[in-house]
This record gives sequence, structure tokens and C-alpha cells, in this order.
Amino acid sequence: MSHQAKDLAASRAHSKHSSMFVRMLVRAAVLRRGRAVSALFAMVVAAAVATAMLNLYVDVQAKLQREFRNYGANIILVGKNAASLPAAALPRVDATLSGRGIAAPFALVVARTADGQPIVVAGTDFDRVKQLDRWWSVSNWPAQDSHVSENQREVGHPLSSDVLVGVRALPLVSPKNQPFDLSFQGRKLHVTPAGRVQTGAAEDSRIYLSLAEFISWTGVQPSTIEVAATGNASEVSGIMNQLAQAIPSAEVRPVRQIMEGEARVLGKTRATLLAAAALIILTAALCVLSTLMGWVFDRRRDFAIMKALGASERLLHGFFAAEAAVLGATGAVIGFLLGIGIAAWIGRANFHAAVVPRLGVLPIVLLGSMAVTLISAILPISLLRRVQPAVILRGE
Amino acid sequence: MFVRLVYESFRRQKRRKILAGAAIALGVTVATAMIGVATDIGDKINRELRTIGANLVVTPQEDTLDVEIGGVNLKPPTDGAFLSEADLPKIKGIFWHNNITSFAPMLPIPVTAYRADYGQDETLVGTYFAKPLSYGNETFTTGVRTTHPWWKVAGAWPDDSSRNILVGERFAKRWTLKPGDSLILGPASSDRGSGGSVLVSGVLSTGGAEDDQIIAPLALAQQILGKPDAVRRVYVSALTKPEDAFARRDPKSLSGAIYDRWYCTPYPQAIALQLTEAMSHSHAEQIRQVAQNEGAVLTRIQGLIFLITLAALFASGLAVSAAMATAIFERRAEVGLMKALGAGKLAVASVFFAEAALMALIGGAIGFAIGSALAHQIGLSIFNSQISISPVLLPVILAIAVVVTFAGSAMAIRRAVSLDPVFALRGEL
Repeated sequence: MSHQAKDLAASRAHSKHSSMFVRMLVRAAVLRRGRAVSALFAMVVAAAVATAMLNLYVDVQAKLQREFRNYGANIILVGKNAASLPAAALPRVDATLSGRGIAAPFALVVARTADGQPIVVAGTDFDRVKQLDRWWSVSNWPAQDSHVSENQREVGHPLSSDVLVGVRALPLVSPKNQPFDLSFQGRKLHVTPAGRVQTGAAEDSRIYLSLAEFISWTGVQPSTIEVAATGNASEVSGIMNQLAQAIPSAEVRPVRQIMEGEARVLGKTRATLLAAAALIILTAALCVLSTLMGWVFDRRRDFAIMKALGASERLLHGFFAAEAAVLGATGAVIGFLLGIGIAAWIGRANFHAAVVPRLGVLPIVLLGSMAVTLISAILPISLLRRVQPAVILRGE
Repeated sequence: MFVRLVYESFRRQKRRKILAGAAIALGVTVATAMIGVATDIGDKINRELRTIGANLVVTPQEDTLDVEIGGVNLKPPTDGAFLSEADLPKIKGIFWHNNITSFAPMLPIPVTAYRADYGQDETLVGTYFAKPLSYGNETFTTGVRTTHPWWKVAGAWPDDSSRNILVGERFAKRWTLKPGDSLILGPASSDRGSGGSVLVSGVLSTGGAEDDQIIAPLALAQQILGKPDAVRRVYVSALTKPEDAFARRDPKSLSGAIYDRWYCTPYPQAIALQLTEAMSHSHAEQIRQVAQNEGAVLTRIQGLIFLITLAALFASGLAVSAAMATAIFERRAEVGLMKALGAGKLAVASVFFAEAALMALIGGAIGFAIGSALAHQIGLSIFNSQISISPVLLPVILAIAVVVTFAGSAMAIRRAVSLDPVFALRGEL
């Protein structure tokens, strides 16, 4: 019984002491609402800006890498010694990538047109090319599989396939967009131009047809697989090693111009962003510092009264530090949420994709905010410490 | 009286004025630096994107089809049309010549290479490495070293007027060549005696078809082919504006002033048209892989930096107004005294606004100077080139500084002038 009473007394004494401390904190915030709110506002804005900048800095690499994948392949697989790749190469590449990129096969031969002109004919997978080489300007993509219906075959119509014709090849082989014949080693193929392709490069002089029809016509397997692998430089070189192991008969080459250009632009953009982030966070931190110091300095009367009533230095420091910590933490959490929102909005407005919230940023913002608030609380107190309470209370 | 009030306020409260002025200067510094970076980032990133390679290609107008697989051209070498090398300097004479960063002619030809008694047909590409050219009074250097910056050479780059060559790394492996070795090169399917001796000055690594080829000065290729002045195609690297709906319109369908606007915008299409006009019997086209995508990347990066600049302007505006609010709040006793002596709200407010304007101008000018230096430094350290801020921006920045300072002070001034002088003087608010 007495043991319980002692406990109760102890807890009361404790609670009374702590509630006085809490009451001081709360009253300080409530009584000078305007200044407390403006200090909190400054804190929230600073934390929000810092969060948004750090989040963008972390995320911009992934966002820009996605943009750079529109440049197409960054890895090329070719058969060693100009040989064709095995038929199983493409499924193996797909298995190795497992969602980390896209691959498209290309098989090439030199065929002859009806009047004997040599022309490069390529077999590929149109659905994959559509995703890999987005810069191809194509008037109409041919259907992936042959449109030759069974009954056409039965009545003995000549085999006809839909093809994509390069803009420079088109006037030569099919000036009026009419079907034409191609021959390769004596085997004829009747084709219908479904659309034309324009790239400004070698593709303009070629004819593209679907890989299955190409193989059944020529018997030639793909010699090249173009791969657009996603990820940063080390991830891409990891994928290259895996591809080289998965298909030993292939030579795996990086497309250096794309990889180097990408690395340069990404590096410079991130460096610019870092410089901007440093400037903005510095400004925001100084804004908090000046607001808070003004606030604490304004309360030198409270400080003097507490001191005159016999509060110890430690209590005073503890009081102002606790106040600063609460303000810093509250501001940081609200600001963090706001900053995530800003970053997400920038992501949506600029990259048309949400910026993923990085929770790893929270501790940095939290610690930074509390450090800034603690400095701005303790600095004026240390300045005031040497002053006699009476001088302050007399308003001098 | 008014002027004296303001003057005395600055003379007596130096510390406070310096603090508030420093806040304004800092805010303006950040704003100036970010505006400088944002206005120039497009140009800087555009130049970085040029490292991906040329974005335009010029070919002969009446050309026969390329029959090319894996860098090996199966077309007879003298077949088809050629461009004239003499036309090349005219590229620097087009309307957007300042946007042409560099260009490189290419002349791929089949050759027969001999080493000791061993001979084999190979592909040789004639080009400029870093050739000095002149157009009018302007001299410039151009070639693959700038258009194809990812080409790496072990050994030395050949001189454009020499008979030295580069060999691709796979070519070098096949022929066991190293820099300093020599080869005999002659026209395709010629015997050893008709060839001339050349010196391998370096081994080239590109990751592309060139790794299997010989790269030689253009003059050497023309000599082997027996066609001086011949060029098969020209790669042009140009700074372009991202393509938009207007760029895609057919220039032939545009009339008068609209056509002029189209022609005088550095769209890839407009520069291609100008190149076609500059070189006789030519056809210029954008290389879509490069030209189309750089627009997208450029727009994204510019948009990002623009939004961040807005954030920077907001943060610096806030810093300025916080500093001003604190500075005014500290002077409420002074306001009480002024009002007790009979000053009206307007008189008090105008003193504060005059002080704010003065501080904004001084702080803004200092901030502009520091900010320009900062932008310059950022440009040098990140992009290795200058970001210069035109002095025309100074009045704009100063105006922004004054507006932001006023906006930041307005709340505090309103509260200060509405104070009851009695409370203010007793220090109870």
C-alpha cells in the first residue's frame, strides 16, 4: 500500500515537473501565435524545398535515363566472325534481360529487284522495333504476321508479304506503291508495300519484312540483336556480361556514342541540379535562421524573468533547445510531405511520370532542420547569457 | 525631414541595415545565378548532346541506293553520284552557320591492302580529322575529331595532308598491325605494284563498323579512287531547336512572312534545307535517331531547370521578406515615437518603404554582381564554358528585388503603423 502511494507521489512529482515544462512550451507558442506561426512557416518552406530538391536530385537520373532509352539500343550483339546468331539467341536475350530492357533481332541479305538491282532486305520483329527505335517515322506498320490467308494459299496465289520500304528505296522498287517481286538466290518473293520508313540513315535504302517470312524465304538467321538495356552505367555493363555468358557465340558490343553521350549529359545535369539545390537549401536555411533568431531575441524578457525567478542555465538552454527541436521536427515532417508533393508535381509536369518519394531523404531533412533550429535558438541565448536580467527587464 | 529620417536611420542602425541588406543580396545572388543558369542551360546541354554524333547528313541528290551491310558497301565504288569537296566550306556560309558546330565528309571506297605478300580487299573511309578550312574571312577547323567525339585512338591522329592512316581495332588484330607499321594500299582488286605505301599512325576504337575499316585522309581516298573532289556524304553537327508542330510543316506550303519565320528558326528541317541550298546537287536530311531524341532530352532538362529556378526565386523572395519583417518588427518603439509626435500612417509607411527601396537597390546591385560571378563559376566548373549574364538583366533583377522587398515588408509595415503608440513605447507588444 505505502509502496503504491510512494509510487503515486513520485509519478505526480514527476508529472507536475514535466507538465510545467510542457506548459511553458505550449504557452510560448500560443501567446505569441503570430511569430510562432511565421517561424514554423519558414521552417516548413525550407524543409519542403530541401525535400523536393533532394528527391529530384536522386530521381532525375532514372527519369533522364528513360528519356535516353528513346535513342534506341545501347548494346549490340553480333555473331562472331560475321556468322549468324543461333535461333535460340533471342529467347535467351529476353530471359537474360527479364524486363530490364528490350531487344530486337535483325537479319540482312542483299536481294535483287525485278530488274536486277541489288537492294538490302532486312527481316525483323516489327512490334519490337516499334518500341526500340521510336525515331523511325513510319507511315503504316505492316501486320506482324503474314496476312496471307489460308484460302489464298490453297488457290495457289503467289506468296505475298507486307513490307516496310525505305523512302529512298521506294521510288526505285515501287513508285506507284504497287506490289513488286524480290529474288534471293533464285527464290522469288512477292511483296506489298504496307508503309514507308524514314530515318535519315541506312534504313532509308532498305526493305523490311517480318522475321518469320524472311527466314522462310531466305533461310538466313538474324545476325544482329539490338538491345536497349535500362539502368545506370554499371547496371548496363552487368547486363552486357550476362549476355556474353548467355550467348557465347555472340560478340557483345556497347554502342559507345549513346552510352558516352548519355553519361555526359546526365553527369552535367546532375551537377547543375546539385549546385542549384545547394544554393536553394542554403537560402532557405538562412531564412529560417534569421526568422527564428528574431523570434528568440524578441523573447529576451521571458528569458530574463525566468532567470530572475531562479531558473538554471541548463534549464533555460533545455527549454529553448526543446522548443527549437519541436519546431524543427514539426516543420520538417510537414515540409517533407509538402516537398514530396512538389517533387511529384514537377515529375508529372516535366517528365510525365511521378517522382518516387524517397524515404531516405526524411532523416536528412529532419536532422538538417533540427540542426538549423537548434543553432538559431542557442546562438541568441548564448549572447544574452552574459547580460544581467535586470538590464533586459528595464528594456535597455 | 523625410530624407533626414531615412539618412539617420541608415547612419545609426548600421548593423541592422547590413543584416537586412545581406539577406537581400543573398536572395538576389541566388536568383541571378539561377536565372543565368536557366537561360543558358539549353545551349550548354545542346552542346553536350552533340557528343552523340552528327544530327544531319548531306548526300548527293541523284544518288543510287546504298547497298551496305555492317559497314561494308557492296555497291560499285564509282557508281552513283558524288558531292563536291569544293562545296564544303559553303556550309559555314548558311544563315545558321554559327549553329554548325562541325562537319565531316565521308568517302568510303573498296581498296586492296597488301602487307608483305598477303593481300585482301578491305573498306577504306576517307574523311577530315581536324582540317583547317576557310570561308570568306572566317577560318575554322572541322572533322571527325569533333563530329565523332567517341572515337578513341591509340597512337596518334594522322595529319589531314599526310599519307598516314588509322586502322580499326579489329582490322589491326586481323592484320597484326600496330602504330608505326606500314601497308600498301591500291584500288580494289589491283595488284601489289599499283599500290602506294602508307603509314599506320594509330589504332582506332569506335564500337561500330569503323573497327573493321581503314580511316584515311580524304585526299588519299580520292587519289586511290581516282576522283579528286569526290565526297559520298557529309555528316553535319548542328545546334538545333527542338522540333514542334510548326517545324514539321512543309516549307513549300508556307507563304511570305511565315516562311521567313520557319526558315530563320534553327529547326533541323530548316538547317537541312539551307544545307541543300548551299551545296550543289545535294540532299540534306536529319538523322532522326539523333535529331528527334535530342529535342526531347533538351526539353526535359530545360523544363526541370526552369521549375527549379522558380523554386529558387520563391525561396529567395521568402528569405528577403523574412529578413525585412524581422527588421521592421524590431523598430516598433521607433514607430510609436513617430506616431506620438504626430506622424500619420502614410508618413510612417513611406519612411519604411523608402528605406526598403534603398536597401533593395543596394543589396540587389551587390547580389547581381555576386550572382553573375557565381553563374560564371558554375558554367566553368560544370560545362567548361562561360555562362555570361547580360547587363540588360540588371534593371530587371533590381525591379524584382524592389518588388519582393516591398511585398515582404508590406505585412510588417502594416502591423507597425497600426500599433498603438502607448503600447509600442512601453514595449508591450
